[in-house]
Amino acid sequence: MQGRSVAAAARQLRRASWLQAQRGLSAQPAPADDGMVEVFVNGQATKVARGSNVLQACDAAGVDIPRFCYHQRLSIAGNCRMCLVEVEKSPKPVASCAMPAAPGMVIRTHTPLVKKAREGVMELLLINHPLDCPICDQGGECDLQDQSMVFGSDRSRFTEVKRAVSDKNLGPLVKTVMTRCIHCTRCIRFAKEVAGTDDLGITGRGRDAEVGTYVDKLLTSELSGNVIDLCPVGALTSKPAAFTYRNWELKSTESVDTSDALGANIRVDSRGVEVIRIVPRLNEDVNQEWISDKARFQYDALRYQRLNVPYIKGEQGLQQATWPDAFAAVAKAAGGLKGSEMRAVAGRLADAESLVALKDLMNRLGCGDLRVEGGSSDFDADVRSSYLFNSSVVGLDAADAILLVGCNPRLEAPVLNARLRAANLSGVPVAAVGEAYDLTYPVEQLGEGADTLDKLLKNGSEYLKRFKGASRPMVIVGAGVLQRADRDAVLQKVHKLVEKADVVREGWNGFNVMHDAAARVAALDLGFLPSPRARAAKAAPKLVYLLGADDYSEADVPADAFVVYQGHHGDRGAARADVVLPGTAYTEKVGTYVNMEGRPQSTKTATASLGDARDDWKVVRALSEVLGAPLPYNSLEEVRRRLADVAPHLGRRDAVEPPLWLNGEYFKAFAEKARKASTGGEPLASSMPHFSAFYQTDSISRASKVMAKCIKARQQPVPGVRAASAGM
Amino acid sequence: MRSAAQALLRYSALLSQQASRTSAAAQAVQAAACLSNQRWFATNSHDIFNVHRHEAHNNWDTEFDFTDANYEKVAEVISRYPSNYKASALIPLLDLAQQQNDGWLSLAAMNRVAKVLDMPEIRVYEVATFYTMFNRSKMGRYHVMVCGTTPCMLQGAKGIYKALKEHLGIDYGQTTPDGMFTLGEMECMGACVNAPMIAVADYGGGVEGFSYSYFEDLTPADTVAIVDTLKKGGKPKIGSQHRSKAEPAGAVIGGKWVPSKPTPEQMTLMGEPPGPYCRNLDEVPAAQAPPAPPK
Repeated sequence: MQGRSVAAAARQLRRASWLQAQRGLSAQPAPADDGMVEVFVNGQATKVARGSNVLQACDAAGVDIPRFCYHQRLSIAGNCRMCLVEVEKSPKPVASCAMPAAPGMVIRTHTPLVKKAREGVMELLLINHPLDCPICDQGGECDLQDQSMVFGSDRSRFTEVKRAVSDKNLGPLVKTVMTRCIHCTRCIRFAKEVAGTDDLGITGRGRDAEVGTYVDKLLTSELSGNVIDLCPVGALTSKPAAFTYRNWELKSTESVDTSDALGANIRVDSRGVEVIRIVPRLNEDVNQEWISDKARFQYDALRYQRLNVPYIKGEQGLQQATWPDAFAAVAKAAGGLKGSEMRAVAGRLADAESLVALKDLMNRLGCGDLRVEGGSSDFDADVRSSYLFNSSVVGLDAADAILLVGCNPRLEAPVLNARLRAANLSGVPVAAVGEAYDLTYPVEQLGEGADTLDKLLKNGSEYLKRFKGASRPMVIVGAGVLQRADRDAVLQKVHKLVEKADVVREGWNGFNVMHDAAARVAALDLGFLPSPRARAAKAAPKLVYLLGADDYSEADVPADAFVVYQGHHGDRGAARADVVLPGTAYTEKVGTYVNMEGRPQSTKTATASLGDARDDWKVVRALSEVLGAPLPYNSLEEVRRRLADVAPHLGRRDAVEPPLWLNGEYFKAFAEKARKASTGGEPLASSMPHFSAFYQTDSISRASKVMAKCIKARQQPVPGVRAASAGM
Repeated sequence: MRSAAQALLRYSALLSQQASRTSAAAQAVQAAACLSNQRWFATNSHDIFNVHRHEAHNNWDTEFDFTDANYEKVAEVISRYPSNYKASALIPLLDLAQQQNDGWLSLAAMNRVAKVLDMPEIRVYEVATFYTMFNRSKMGRYHVMVCGTTPCMLQGAKGIYKALKEHLGIDYGQTTPDGMFTLGEMECMGACVNAPMIAVADYGGGVEGFSYSYFEDLTPADTVAIVDTLKKGGKPKIGSQHRSKAEPAGAVIGGKWVPSKPTPEQMTLMGEPPGPYCRNLDEVPAAQAPPAPPK
């Protein structure tokens, strides 16, 4: 079969060259094929990549084409017809999103024919669209509204009655007003292609067609909020923010999400002192243009449970106090203590500035017992490549075999899971060791326990053979593995597999650790870890400083210790504390967060800090004065300079410093150390095995009413269905 | 004006349906909506809503599975398509499920088809709601569908509808209390030369006994006779009621069969056909002769 086609191709080639010779063209060199196609948009020559469509060519030429159904990250539907343009030699206007750009195509976008055609389309779209812009949440940022200003008529020829469509209940996040729907099917394609929960569709036909789930059903995706951004009209809007704002009242601040370790880029829209909504910001290298539901909807928690003044524990529990009193209380408690009798525990939301300030302060006090919550405090962070997502998030697109070890990316980093899903849809096999989770794409389950890794390492292992054969294999170790008691033994096995399957090779590092907390990588980068002496120490600390740590293990905070809690939400840590120092949440401060691939990014101040609360590094700086060990920096710039001293790559924002692999030498030493360790029998589980852990992860999301509603809704995603078939 | 009134009716039906979710109220609303005899284009007269509402006989707990004999048919249907395009078998399988399930597709039946074809349920719902020959609510044994498209309408479809409505005591979208007949309307079925016509689907006998028959050249009296025969368990004559096929033997005019004997020259193709004749397209009309080339 193949031989025949090759022969045919050769024949064709000979014939082509013969034809060229006949025409006297053979003397001319063939134009270099650079994979580009030249088209003419309104007379201007434009080059676009082969395979682009006419709409993309027009975009490249800087010509704006109106559109509703076309979206660059979704498949092409071609059903709104708004992007009509005129193409020379075509008898009718063509839908530019569905027409491939051909060499030499002459495209015109501003002719009377195009205008008339688009006006016709707009008139048809508006026939059944309600005239409720004044009460529509999309008003002011609505594609239909904007484009009707250009192509709409100021009067209607429609004398019938407009249709009405019943609203659908899609859960606590997405509000629907289905009468406004123009059937662009973006939400359907998003659910099918990106989110992987195929629940939306068009039912009925003709004028009775409606978008919905047919039966009452919840959108069971952690990315469902993105359909709000995708909807070009007001059919899908934010339920928590319904009727609370007009978009022109909002002040936008470009920031970074801290709800997971991906560090999705967000835009925080605020009005006065309130965060009104959070939407994604385009960053191809991190989150493309999606964010998780937690990142989008947890902002209501910024109003609840806030710590806005210092507290001191008195006779009747925590009492409001002033900063000097609170500091005095801490100084009194710390007064007679040696450095070795103190401990600092950093939480999952701590920014790098406060981490370095606290580390410096504790070190100055002679304390080396620095920990991060979540159990990985005795982790060895000497080599960055041992705890980073080394392939980088973009690198994931290049992988051709993926092995997950004890992780549930759907909940730990939903946006990353969408990328994994995209890779899987394009043919990359995904296999998993550990508990089975529904990741919205087929996963080959190799086994649950750590012993599965032994089986994979055997020479006859069929999977190892396949994994070895891949040119860019990828191992992703979940945060759940790092929190296990037998972590070293499991990691050693993973490292063996990495070595055996050549996962790290020239130009490719396929060993990845997927963290689940925003502060984790920065803490490891800064060496926020116990010193060897602190590790060896047996004595329980008498003073524990919790830097936003609410998920600390009981062992880290002895019952009789004096606890200082610094944070922004009243949660487990504040309840345990003897002194509470109010800090700021991620929307209120400028703070560096390092994402799982080691990319330092900065949050920005969207709203003012609450009450007496101060930025976390400033609190530590002020406290250092009281404790008699003043820190040598007084401004953010100086803290950041100090950050860059401790970890130089943190000085370069938004860029990933490629971690060194050191030829695996480090892991050989590591294996030596972990030789005696043995693995436990329990399955390798994710740190977020259940959706409730996703919706309520940290002190912010736990204070959010919306997140609580999500959990309640997800407990029965399909009303009226028997619980057994309800699924995840 | 009329269509505006219907739109209002539909709108109010939707509103009251949203307000009251009990199935009895929903049925009443559906019946009220059905009273306007002509609704929107290509809407099933019995399935006017394109979303599912739970009812006692149609909810998540309803069960449906193909019989063993039908599973063989399912396997045969699936074998017609490439294994990676299994979803192609969707429409034949929905048809099979509908025949087995007394002429309608319950939620369970659609979910079963989705499971058999390994596809998301919503993709099945989309297809089942799109095609008007899939019924999503309970049907009578016989689904009597009156064609109301132009040729049938000109030849007296309205009289057929009126006769059925009066005789059966039901309107479009309704079922007789004895569960024998559901009256429906449909678009052109391609039997225009023998207009007016009705089609009757027999859902009484499962997959084996299923039939879908046309009855053509109908007068109101013929229609009533057909329905009565069906009710008694008889087998009415299928096809034209007054001629053998579609030969020029007469027509239904004013609700009566009027025979017309063709003249001998109309019965042969051997001689010169009688006019009107086509003009000769090759002949250039004198007035439009091409202008003489310029010198």
